[in-house]
Amino acid sequence: MTSISFGKKWASLLDHDVTYSFLHSPTAIIAAFVTLCFFILSFGAPIITSYTPFDPESLDLMDGFIPPAWSPNGEVAHFLGTDGQGRDILAAILYGTQVSLTVGLLSVVLSISIGIPLGIIAGYFGGIVDTAIMRIADVQLTIPPILIALMIDGVARTVFTHSLHEVVAIPVLIVSIGIASWPQYARISRSGAMVERKKDYIAAARLIQTPTHLILIRHIVPNVFGPTLIVATIGVAVAIIIEATLSFLGVGVPPTAPSLGTLIRIGNDFIFSGEWWITFFPAFALVLLVLSVNLIGDWLRDTFNPKLR
Amino acid sequence: MISFTIKRLFQSVLVMLFVALLSFFLFNFVGDPISNMVGQETSHAEMDDLRERLGLNDPFIVKFGRFLADAVQGKFGISYRLQRPVDELIAERMPATLELVFLSAVIATTLGVLGGLVTGLKPESWFSKFILTGSLLGVSLPTFVIGILLIYIFAVSLNWLPSFGRGEVVDLGGWRTGFATLSGWKALILPAITLALYQMTLILRIIRSEMLEVLRTDFIKFARARGLKKRDINFGHALKNTLIPVITVTGLQVGSLIAFSIITETVFQWPGMGSLFIQGVQFADVPVMSAYLVLVALFFVAINLIVDLLYFVVDPRLRSDLKGGHQ
Repeated sequence: MTSISFGKKWASLLDHDVTYSFLHSPTAIIAAFVTLCFFILSFGAPIITSYTPFDPESLDLMDGFIPPAWSPNGEVAHFLGTDGQGRDILAAILYGTQVSLTVGLLSVVLSISIGIPLGIIAGYFGGIVDTAIMRIADVQLTIPPILIALMIDGVARTVFTHSLHEVVAIPVLIVSIGIASWPQYARISRSGAMVERKKDYIAAARLIQTPTHLILIRHIVPNVFGPTLIVATIGVAVAIIIEATLSFLGVGVPPTAPSLGTLIRIGNDFIFSGEWWITFFPAFALVLLVLSVNLIGDWLRDTFNPKLR
Repeated sequence: MISFTIKRLFQSVLVMLFVALLSFFLFNFVGDPISNMVGQETSHAEMDDLRERLGLNDPFIVKFGRFLADAVQGKFGISYRLQRPVDELIAERMPATLELVFLSAVIATTLGVLGGLVTGLKPESWFSKFILTGSLLGVSLPTFVIGILLIYIFAVSLNWLPSFGRGEVVDLGGWRTGFATLSGWKALILPAITLALYQMTLILRIIRSEMLEVLRTDFIKFARARGLKKRDINFGHALKNTLIPVITVTGLQVGSLIAFSIITETVFQWPGMGSLFIQGVQFADVPVMSAYLVLVALFFVAINLIVDLLYFVVDPRLRSDLKGGHQ
């Protein structure tokens, strides 16, 4: 029953308000289109480009430092130019975006899967459980996620040996960013659970002795999930920034599978000698990606919760 | 007020103990610092000797007791990488970070509050819309990208300002300040702007939304109906009522400045605590990492405490509540 009515609610919502609001917001359309392009181009990179920028054998040092195609010495084959080792910048950006998107999405999935259960348990049961969970969340919220992720990553760096670290770098990054950002999802789902708990249908469910775990999973979770997901959209943008920052600082993904942050770090060494394109294009791609995701998040928030405007 | 202060102080001490325990636990069961410190030619006997000398062979309880006792005195052992006392290293680096954070905090709060007021009071003007679009871009621009951009424009292309270091510093009894020389100020401008920009946009957006919220309330409408001066309404009534969230956010943002200074210091090769910490992470320099963790936690706890106490100053309701014996 619940799943059917929930599905119906969802369908009617798509029929009316959301679709209407989406089609009447040029910003949202453009942002969604750009984000979609990033997804298709980055995950389709092996089909779109013939370059394999991170296979050392395919690189030729003679191709190094070629400027973008529209400069005097540019080549059409390397549209956005190459870096010092002859890597095609455009191809590197495509593969780098793939890493950035993967880390960003998976770490938010992890934060949600820690945050929602803890938040719902805190909000539904209240009392000591609530105090304990939320006190930990409060303490963690006062420290910026990037610092926590840096700490976890630093610890992992010392636990795993150097050769092993290259293999586990991306999972470690996902875990550290995921752990660093769970409290905000716990807060939202907690307040949602506290509201739902007092409603009549929950009282009815308890009256017919529905097991507590079923009440939580079937009734509370679906009602809390939506608002959390809206916040999670902006969370993806934040996670992408944190990942890029860690990689820029040299403690994120290894140079063998660079993300956008690593590419910017590599290019940063060359801006003093005038090879601006090596760092500019990855940075531009990163900002464009984050901006689009932020705009979608803003639009979702305004559409579903006009009060927050 | 006094009981509240004591309660909050007690909580702060608890948090600090927890962080100290965490930093001790994390960094005492992690990796083998010796292998990171020595070259490949070092013999096992030499490695064992070094291990003994740094006290890494002692039992857990001894190490934890020593850690707590030393931490209270500000001693965090000897850096594995630089082979010097960590408190000395941090004391050397702290002025650079604090001066950078101070100037950024001033820039971020001044411009953030001003911008928030302007956009909140006149939300429909083109100026507000311009600032607001800019602020969204500011949130989407990672700190290090802003830094690189500023370096490229002002240091590489225009050659106006230096791109790294602190310039000339003057030693004021152990506190080496860059505020005293022109080159010190010049070196400070780009990093301070880089660090301030993100926090500024956050403060701006919070103040704006709070102002918009308050201006919609009945008591503001009533004040308008009474024919009070616009300035009195805006600053005497509206701004005053936005202060609580503003203080909270500003306080937290000043705290974040210390954390974000890690990034800015890396981009501008600023010789502060943040770059010391990043090198510590890269070389598994456990004493430096744990000292930094405890120090940053101390900053955050102190700022939170100050923010909580400031609530009493700006919100009279809290004071009367306590007098009435509700608390």
